[in-house]
Amino acid sequence: MSAYLLPGLPQPVPSTDGLDAPFWEGLANNRLLLQRCRGCGTWQWGPEFICHQCHSDDLIFEQTQAAGIIYSHERVWHPVHPALKEQGPYIVVLVELPQAGNVRLVGNLLGDPRQTIAIGARVRGVYEHHPDAKPAFSLLQWTVSD
Amino acid sequence: MTRTLRHQVAVVGVGETAYYKRGGSPDPEFRLAVDAILNACANAGISAKDIDGFASYSNDRSEPSRLSAALGCHELRFASMQWGGGGGGGSAAIANAAAAIATGVADCVVVFRALAQGQFGRFGQGPRSNSISGPFAHTVPFGLMSPAQMFAMKVTRFMHDHGVHQNALRSIALASYHHAQNNPRAVMYGRPLDETGYEESRWIVEPFHLFDCCLENDGAAAMILVSAQRAGDFPHPPCYILGAVAGSQHRSGASVHNTPDYASSSFKPLAPRLYAMAGIQPSDVDVLQSYENFTGGVLMAMVEHGFCSADACNEFFVKERFLADGGSLPLNTSGGNLAECYMHGLGLNIEAVRQVWGRSTSQVKEVNVSMVISGPMVTPVSSCIFGSEATR
Repeated sequence: MSAYLLPGLPQPVPSTDGLDAPFWEGLANNRLLLQRCRGCGTWQWGPEFICHQCHSDDLIFEQTQAAGIIYSHERVWHPVHPALKEQGPYIVVLVELPQAGNVRLVGNLLGDPRQTIAIGARVRGVYEHHPDAKPAFSLLQWTVSD
Repeated sequence: MTRTLRHQVAVVGVGETAYYKRGGSPDPEFRLAVDAILNACANAGISAKDIDGFASYSNDRSEPSRLSAALGCHELRFASMQWGGGGGGGSAAIANAAAAIATGVADCVVVFRALAQGQFGRFGQGPRSNSISGPFAHTVPFGLMSPAQMFAMKVTRFMHDHGVHQNALRSIALASYHHAQNNPRAVMYGRPLDETGYEESRWIVEPFHLFDCCLENDGAAAMILVSAQRAGDFPHPPCYILGAVAGSQHRSGASVHNTPDYASSSFKPLAPRLYAMAGIQPSDVDVLQSYENFTGGVLMAMVEHGFCSADACNEFFVKERFLADGGSLPLNTSGGNLAECYMHGLGLNIEAVRQVWGRSTSQVKEVNVSMVISGPMVTPVSSCIFGSEATR
């Protein structure tokens, strides 16, 4: 798919502490990997060095389905970055993943930027690859499920 | 020993520079800080050399050691920075200063905040780097990067959960602009706003119109605190701290919008502690200054401080209730962050003190309990209550 937003925003790179590197690697391979505690099973996002529930540091990145429900949303009209000056309105959604402990991810909602958005609507993930970026990166976007 | 700030510390002087549009200050930021502190000292009738403590927030760049040297202070005993961005630290810096005075760590502490966005860059813009890492890498590439964009999603969820209408947000903007028309210091003095002007203003990010968003300004503000025992030695009537608290709810800092209690302004655990320390109830509050980064944050913070239930916002949030001239809960009586100046909210604390002194440009009658809510939706947040001699 083509990118949802115009090019020129800061592009994501894994954090220098390595915490989110498996997440980005997963997206590049069309897989959603999120942090989970092997000690108590708690899902956790954003990633951290220990589990906030049991304090174990035995954390793994486990694959989960790229599907969820819209927890909240916003339609942005005023661009604050020069790259988006000609973008027009766009939609950012906060997606909750019931199958992964209700952790939330931020993404864009694909389709008409003026569409009506419903909290609670089911959405599925769409991988947006940027192979020509240096370094290449991938994002997880969302579209309303049929 | 009673562990409280109630009636232990008094505000004896306030000072500000002129307030400018962002980037409009003719002076560098440190000069603004010095001028505001000197103005506060003049207001208190003291020499700046007697200041022995400095408290600020939001990573203020004017360091206490340099300030103390520049002002020729006799001694430096207390240098406190409240962690956390935005205006959440405004009342927290006052709490920190008051705690130092109450425990004998320092005697005369100035709480201050200085901003020169022309010198150091704007808040309301996205990052300009080519790449981004850490928590922001999970939001910025989707065009979610400014404070308005970060907080609109919390407000949207709150409005959805409780059926809140846009008019409730509008009432907050209209009250601030109404009061700014009485305040010659206000950046929006002489620029009134009515319902039509609000409705016709452009969207920044739904549900925020232009007038739901704070200004961005240059300037500085300062407040002098001493022990309550000395409150009678200064020109103004006593203005005591009744309570001041800071903090946030369970895992409010969970990154990428994963705070468990998401549609919150972060005040739920603080408000009961504030009222318990101050020994008052919401119905005792004579005048309220509630930090407007965005109107939606004011609404959520007022709900969490018990002024109205979440499901009654549409009836409660009407402009007339919030006006100094006759409203039952006068709100943001200087014009606040929306229409007076965005000094990361310290101007709201100064206005709350003025209300106790009887010196506001939109003075409420017989103010004994004057409250401030600082920086909703960030973490940590803070709030405080000032009281007159009649509260003793």
